[in-house]
Amino acid sequence: MHDNARESRFAPGDAVRVADRPALGHCRTPWYLRGKRGVVAAIHGAFRNPEALAYHRPGLPALPLYKVRFKQSDLWGRYAGAACDELEVDIYEHWLEPNSD
Amino acid sequence: MTEPKRKTLKRKGAGGRAVHDVGGLEFGPIDREEHDLALWEKRTDAMLILLRDNKRRVLSTDSHRRMIESYGEQAYDHTTYYEKWIRAVRNLLVEQEVLTRKEIEARMAEVRARHAKAGRKTSKEKIPW
Repeated sequence: MHDNARESRFAPGDAVRVADRPALGHCRTPWYLRGKRGVVAAIHGAFRNPEALAYHRPGLPALPLYKVRFKQSDLWGRYAGAACDELEVDIYEHWLEPNSD
Repeated sequence: MTEPKRKTLKRKGAGGRAVHDVGGLEFGPIDREEHDLALWEKRTDAMLILLRDNKRRVLSTDSHRRMIESYGEQAYDHTTYYEKWIRAVRNLLVEQEVLTRKEIEARMAEVRARHAKAGRKTSKEKIPW
């Protein structure tokens, strides 16, 4: 966690969409979430950007990191589990967009 | 080697994914057996911890991950967890100009020769750069 935090763009309960773009170099947002819709469950705090740290750069300013909740049935085409099953994934702010739908 | 040899995963329809980013693709059953760590694997772990401490800062978890993800598909799928780790540690030591590739290869040849002289077997396999 880093003190040099920007104000976070999203709050718990906000509907968000994961950016649907390819990664340039190292990135912590898995492919299967790109373009998927979820809800912010919590804000973990602000952390140095791993995409910069991976190349020996300081990764500042620190980015807000969110716990985002997805419905499993929204992620997998043939999901066989219960309709209420959810998945929580930690995602950095620059990978999230507001979901106004 | 403590992990089973694997086939190369067919990343069909996976255009644009990084080599490690295979979540959701069909890859057969997961091996859930516990494996004992070999001495060299424990040493690899120790080396990583020392190289990223505040005194040295040669690498970070993120640069280590980035180097692991830089493998080609075939090499990624056919190497074990700690083989990926030791390759990444070695390559980061070269990238950060702590050691040169020449120095590492000369030392490896020296170690192989020493083992051969003592009648010990050495693996002919090399970890690709």
